[in-house]
Amino acid sequence: MGRRAKNKQGDPESLQELSERPSPKKLGKRKAGINLPQPAKKSKHKDSPQSDDSWNSAEDDGSGGWEGIQDEDTLPAQTRSLFQDSDTSTGDTSDADTDENEDEDAPITASNFAARSRALDARTAREAQLDAEELQMAAQVDADEFDGVEDMDDDEEEVDVPGTEDVILPTAEERAEEKRSGGPEVHVVQKRMRECVRILKRWKASGAKTGRARSEFVEQLVSDIASYYGYNDFLTEKLFQLFPVAEALEFFDANEVPRPVTIRTNTLRTRRRDLAQALINRGVNLEPIGKWTNVGLQVFESSIPIGATPEYLSGHYMLQAASSFLPVIALSPQPHERVLDMASAPGGKTTHMAALMQNTGIIFANDSNKARTKSLTANVHRLGCKNVVVCSYDGREFPKVMGGFDRVLLDAPCSGTGVISKDAGVKINKTERDFALLSHLQKQLILCAIDSINPASKTGGYLVYSTCSVSVDENEAVVDYALRKRPNAHLVDAGLEFGRPGFPSYRGKSFHASIKLTRRFYPHVHNMDGFFVAKFKVTRRAKQAKQDSEEKNDILMDDVAPEDVQFDEREDEEYIQEAKRRRLKAKGLRVLPRNQARAAT
Amino acid sequence: MRPLAEDETKAVFEKLANYIGKNVVHLVDRQDDAHCFRLHKGRVYYVSEASMRLSISVARPNLLSLGTCLGKFSKSGKFKLHITSLDYLAQYAKYKVWVKPNGEMPFLYGNHVLKAHLGRITEDTPEHQGVVVYSMNDVPLGFGVTSKSTVDTRKLDPTAIVVFHQADVGEYLRDEDTLF
Repeated sequence: MGRRAKNKQGDPESLQELSERPSPKKLGKRKAGINLPQPAKKSKHKDSPQSDDSWNSAEDDGSGGWEGIQDEDTLPAQTRSLFQDSDTSTGDTSDADTDENEDEDAPITASNFAARSRALDARTAREAQLDAEELQMAAQVDADEFDGVEDMDDDEEEVDVPGTEDVILPTAEERAEEKRSGGPEVHVVQKRMRECVRILKRWKASGAKTGRARSEFVEQLVSDIASYYGYNDFLTEKLFQLFPVAEALEFFDANEVPRPVTIRTNTLRTRRRDLAQALINRGVNLEPIGKWTNVGLQVFESSIPIGATPEYLSGHYMLQAASSFLPVIALSPQPHERVLDMASAPGGKTTHMAALMQNTGIIFANDSNKARTKSLTANVHRLGCKNVVVCSYDGREFPKVMGGFDRVLLDAPCSGTGVISKDAGVKINKTERDFALLSHLQKQLILCAIDSINPASKTGGYLVYSTCSVSVDENEAVVDYALRKRPNAHLVDAGLEFGRPGFPSYRGKSFHASIKLTRRFYPHVHNMDGFFVAKFKVTRRAKQAKQDSEEKNDILMDDVAPEDVQFDEREDEEYIQEAKRRRLKAKGLRVLPRNQARAAT
Repeated sequence: MRPLAEDETKAVFEKLANYIGKNVVHLVDRQDDAHCFRLHKGRVYYVSEASMRLSISVARPNLLSLGTCLGKFSKSGKFKLHITSLDYLAQYAKYKVWVKPNGEMPFLYGNHVLKAHLGRITEDTPEHQGVVVYSMNDVPLGFGVTSKSTVDTRKLDPTAIVVFHQADVGEYLRDEDTLF
C-alpha cells in the first residue's frame, strides 16, 4: 500500500461481511475499515503490486466506502442498524481486534490499567511494523518504476531485466512503422520510457546483458519524451542533456504541472502579517513561502480573483513567481544607491528593489519593448514606488545613456525553458537559431551591464545576471564569456542559501573555476520556475595588467630585428574603415554595405 | 521634460487645492528632500530634484515616467488628476469619506458612492468638495466630489449619490493602456 492510500481510510468491506461480524463497533469512524483482518490484505498486496489502482477505485466510488454515506435515511435498514449501534457505543478509537475492543469498553480502573497499557503498547508496535513493511514495499515499487535507490541488490535486476529489454526497444523499422501509424499509444510510450530509464540508470551493472548499445536506449528515450510530452526534437535533446537520466524525466514531468501562485508583500504599503490577515478575511488560503524570504506568500486556493482584490489594486502586494524574488535578494540594493534594471517589464523585480531601498536613491527601470512599459509604469505607480524612472532603450545602449550605477540587475531576455509550465509554446517554437541569437544578445547585454557599473562605488559595484532558462549556453556560457572579456568582473557568492551550483564544465566545454558560485533552480527540485542567478562584483580595471602586456610587447619587439617601420596611409585607410564598421555594428547600429560605404567616402 | 509655465502651475495647484487645501504648501516646501513639478509629454510629474537631475540624461522619446505622475493636461488645456496622485492626496487630504466593505467593490468598478455604502464622513464637509475615499480600514481607494454637505447627506435616501466618482484604484486595471 502506498503512503497516500494508508492515510486514507482503509478499504471497504462488503455489507455481508459486516453483518456477519459478532459486534461491529463505531463504524461511523473513519478508521473503521481497517478493522478487517490485516494479514489477508497484506498478502493480497504482495502478490500483485499493481493492485494499487483497483484499491483506490474501490475507495473512491463512495458506494462501498463509508465516506460516501450522506444521509442516514437513504441507507438500507441493515446499515442503519449498524449506525445506531455505533452511536450508542462509548467512543473508543481502537482499530484492533474485537476482543481488545471489548476490553477497552470497560471503564479504566486500577486493576485493568496495566493490562490496557500493555495492549496499547502492543498495538503501537504492530502498527509501526505495518508502517515499516509498507515503506519497504513502497520503496520497492518505486525502484521498480524509476525512482529507485542505488542500493538495490543486484540479483533482483538480473531476474527482471533480461525478459523485457528486447520487447521495449523497437527496431528502426518498427519505429518508422509507429510514426507512420500516427505514433504509438500513450501507455506504451510511458512504459517504454520507464524501462529505458531503469536500464540506463544501471547501465554499468546490467547494460551489457541487453546486447544493445547505450546510445540506442538514449535515442529511443529522447524520441519517446518528445512524443509523450510534445516537445520538438531539438529542445528535448537540449534539456535531456542537462540532467542525469532519471532526473531528466522528473524535470519533464514537473513542466506539466503549474507552479504554486505566489505573491510578494509590498513593504512600502503594508506588512506581511497584515496583508495575510486581510486576504484570509476575504477567503484566500495562504501561507508564507519559506524561510528564505520574509515578504513572500503562497496562495493555495482563493474564492476571489487574487489579481483584483482591493488590496491588490491599492498596491499591497504583487503577483510574482517565487523565482523572481531570487535575483533581487541576490542584488540586495541598499538605500540611497543608483540602480539599473535593464530589462524590467512588468516591474515585479523593480518594485521589489524599490521596496528594499525604501523609496530612496534612484532606480532606472528600462525595457526595450515600449508596449510592455505600460504595465511597468502602472505597477510602479500602483505599488507607490517614487524613486523609479521608467525609460525605453535598447539595453545595449546603456553605458552611453548613463553609467556609474552602484548595482545593475540584468534579467536577460531568454528562451524561457525554465517556465515551460507557464508557457507551453516554448516546447515547439524554439529552434537552434533562437538559442544562438538569444545567447548572442545576452553576451552583448552582459558586457554593457558590466560597463554601466561604477567600480569605485563605495556600497556596491555589483551586477546580477539572471534568466528564466535552464540551458547552459544562455547561462554559464554567457557568464564565462563576460568573465573572459572583462577581467575586472568577478563572480561572488549570490547570498542564496539554496539552489544548485552552476556547471563547471558541460559537454566538453570547461568554464571558469568560479562558475560554481552561480546558482541554478529547477522546477522538480525547488518547486519554482527554472532559474539561473549569477552575481558579479565589478572592480576597478587593474592598470598593472596593462603594463604587463606592454612589457610583453617590448620583449617581443626586442626579439624581432627593428625594421624601418612606416605608416602606409592608403593601406591603413581600409583597415580603419573596417574597424569603424565593426564598432558600429557591435553597438547594434545599422551600417552601410561595404561597397556603398566606400562610394560614400 | 520642463518646469511648468505659470498658467499650468496655477491649473495644477487649483486642482490639488480642491482636495488638500492649503496643504499644497507641504508639497512645494518639503523638509526632507527637495521635490519639483515637471511636465513631460502633457503629463505632470512630481519628483525629487535628485531624480530629476539624473533623468535629464534620458532622451525625450525614451523617457516614459519619472517619480509620481500627478495627472495630465487635456488638449483644451484643462488639468485632470490621475489616480496615481492618490498617494499624495491621501497623505494630505482635508476631507475624507469612508465606504463600508459592501461598497468597496462597486466604487472600484467606477461607480459613485451611494448613501447606503457611506460608512463615515468628515464633519462639516461642504457641498461639491473634493474628498478622498477610504475603505473602513483606512486604505485609500480613490477620490471624488461630494454631492451634498455632511448635514444634507443625513436627509438623503439610501440610493442617493453622496460622492461623485472621479478616480479609483480599479483604473490601474481598467485603464492601464490609456493612463500611461
